Amino acid sequence: MSAGLQNEQPATPSQLVTALQSEHPDWVTEFTEALGEVTAVVPRAYIVEVCSLLKTPAAGEFNFLADLCGVDRGVEEEPRFEVNYHLFSTIRYHRLRLKVLLSENDVHVPTVTGVWRTANWHERETYDLVGIIFDGHPDLRRILLPDDWQGHALRKDFPLRGYEPYSLK
Amino acid sequence: MGIENIIGEALPEVLTTRLDSLINWARKSSLWPATFGLACCAIEMMNATSSRNDLARFGAEVFRASPRQADVMIVSGRVSRKMAPVLRRIYDQMPEPKWVISMGACATSGGVFDNYAIVQGVDKIVPVDVYIPGCPPRPEMLIHAVMMLQDKVMKDSVRDHKDIPEAEARHALTPGTLPVTDGSTLGPATAESRPYTIASRHERRRSS
Amino acid sequence: MSTSVNIPPQLEVVDRPLDTQMTISMGPQHPSTHGVLRIELVLDGEMVVKATPDIGYLHTGMEKLFEYKKYQQGIVITDRMDYLNPLGNNLAYVMAAEKLLELEIPERAQTIRVLFCELQRIASHLVWLGTHALDLGAMTVFFYCFREREKILNLIEAASGGRLTPSYFRIGGLMMDLPPGFERRVKQFLDGFPKALDDFKKLLTGNRIFQKRTQDIGRISAEDAIDWGLSGPSLRGSGVALDIRRANPYSGYENYDFEIATEPGGDVWARYLVRMREMEESQKIVTQALSRLRSGPVKADAPKVVLPDREAMKTHMDALIHHFLIVAEGFDVPQGEVYHAIEASKGELGVYIKSDGGPKPFRVHFRGPSFVNLSALPDLCRGAMIADVVAIIGSLDIVLGEIDR
Repeated sequence: MSAGLQNEQPATPSQLVTALQSEHPDWVTEFTEALGEVTAVVPRAYIVEVCSLLKTPAAGEFNFLADLCGVDRGVEEEPRFEVNYHLFSTIRYHRLRLKVLLSENDVHVPTVTGVWRTANWHERETYDLVGIIFDGHPDLRRILLPDDWQGHALRKDFPLRGYEPYSLK
Repeated sequence: MGIENIIGEALPEVLTTRLDSLINWARKSSLWPATFGLACCAIEMMNATSSRNDLARFGAEVFRASPRQADVMIVSGRVSRKMAPVLRRIYDQMPEPKWVISMGACATSGGVFDNYAIVQGVDKIVPVDVYIPGCPPRPEMLIHAVMMLQDKVMKDSVRDHKDIPEAEARHALTPGTLPVTDGSTLGPATAESRPYTIASRHERRRSS
Repeated sequence: MSTSVNIPPQLEVVDRPLDTQMTISMGPQHPSTHGVLRIELVLDGEMVVKATPDIGYLHTGMEKLFEYKKYQQGIVITDRMDYLNPLGNNLAYVMAAEKLLELEIPERAQTIRVLFCELQRIASHLVWLGTHALDLGAMTVFFYCFREREKILNLIEAASGGRLTPSYFRIGGLMMDLPPGFERRVKQFLDGFPKALDDFKKLLTGNRIFQKRTQDIGRISAEDAIDWGLSGPSLRGSGVALDIRRANPYSGYENYDFEIATEPGGDVWARYLVRMREMEESQKIVTQALSRLRSGPVKADAPKVVLPDREAMKTHMDALIHHFLIVAEGFDVPQGEVYHAIEASKGELGVYIKSDGGPKPFRVHFRGPSFVNLSALPDLCRGAMIADVVAIIGSLDIVLGEIDR
């Protein structure tokens, strides 16, 4: 990255995101810093490029995907779903959160298993529980709920006790 | 007078008792549990077999991994909906006589987890003989439950636990409850695509 | 691998067992899978061609349950997640909520938290050692480990009332202060523990059978380990010196003097050595924490969030009102989202809480280290034999409650 690191010490996550935003303005739409954590909202189309860039040493060396989780913001919210990527660097020990917002009628996100292989199971869990489909995933199927389960359990319109009690028949 | 006096004088090495008592005494003194530890209660079950609270003193010496060699199934932990058919199948694979101890609040009634994923009580799947409350119950409580089960076994009769005839056993369980995932797709699982093993003569369906 | 034998056509059999690969299902009821885990093994004779874990047999829907319970009620549920390290789960959840509330925890509470977390780490590693050795054939070690573990469980029970599900930490501090005589009992345990560790080393580390069954099995390189997201002793066994207690310190860990145990091998043997050394380091931390204990409050100064002491509640009106409101209605947590990671005994345990300003969380997600560690199993098992699969699963130290949540 050309812009960014002028001083000797490595850049903090907020500096990295600002530099990224100045270099590719449409890759980061919103950027907040609260409670000691940096969150960047990334449009769905660019998530793989942003992740690949952030993995390089020049842009933060985020070589560890700590967590990938989906959130259902509410049945009447627009956009309804969000996917959070929690990045961590095992070399510089800093953290960053990326967020992708999705609306209800188009719940597709490109997969980041090409960047970090650990995303494989996290994305399967997000598909299983929240219902977000990851395009390009090598093996997208249910992981926690039974294979023939109908519905996605962590959505806000799924009742807590399910639809019917268990019976052997 | 009396046949026992006569035998007692003539044959002093002979002991008379009911056949039931003898068989029940043998059964209760060697109740071998099947390992069915699911969650946190399994750790307390492991604690009950370790040296501090020794379950082996009561005859539960070996925890048999294969259900075909076990007498009692201690369901310790929460039973999820995905696990329930497996539980039923393991229960069916145990030969008679068999008993079930439901250990902990989750196995008894669903426990803390009153939601879509947990079966609210294992007695919806298998018939239970002893329930143990607690989350998790102390190892001493498990030992007490085994002792209660031993009392129950002593009151049983040999006629209660008969193995069923072979002809009835052939029409046994529904096949194919475990999925095979080699090359699967996003679609739902179907029963025809599963291979299955042959039903054994000891399996039977018991309506609960 | 077909043999070149001429079989006359009338004797040709349809099923050629030496040619085909066999798919067997290991689990979910299996003595060596450490819980209800099912692994589909595609075998070529005894060699594993492909191993696919199938999880979900203990899925409890905890993340959905959190959304229906107030923050304080949720602490009880975290105990049941990684049931070998319940105080670690409590700590992660409680610290994430405290981050949202921006509370400051008194020093005595932080010291006691560190003390209990390290005791819990020793207890968790003892279960790992006992069950791993049992799987590989060493039954004596199982009983010795559980004997030591009973002493730790007694300590935890003395402080909190529960052996396996203590729920000792609260948002803002601890449930209550330590009982009298506690420091003496911890010292008693610490005096006897080095001898127990020596016993284990004599039984296992120098044992040629154990070495043969664990060396060169399940190797993973450092780059692959980071790519698969491994953390904790599984990562440190491949030479990466990453420990969240040093990388992002929490609860006062920056003031303690301990080493990060690392081994370069990357195999089951290296992970075994890492965990044995971690038990020694945890012992050092517990000794330091004991010497640092000073008298003081164990709950933060936030009457709207932290329950008051029982005596104050019985005598003062405002304490009674606060107690009632906290228990009946819960306290409102400001809107926001937070991700907090701690070094649990299995690796990086991360909690993501998103709050919408009410008394119940909007979304709670636990990043279980065993979930991520298990996803690397196909890579680790390729080319191993069936018996090695048992050793590899034991070395990853998985707990199904955390994987399936």
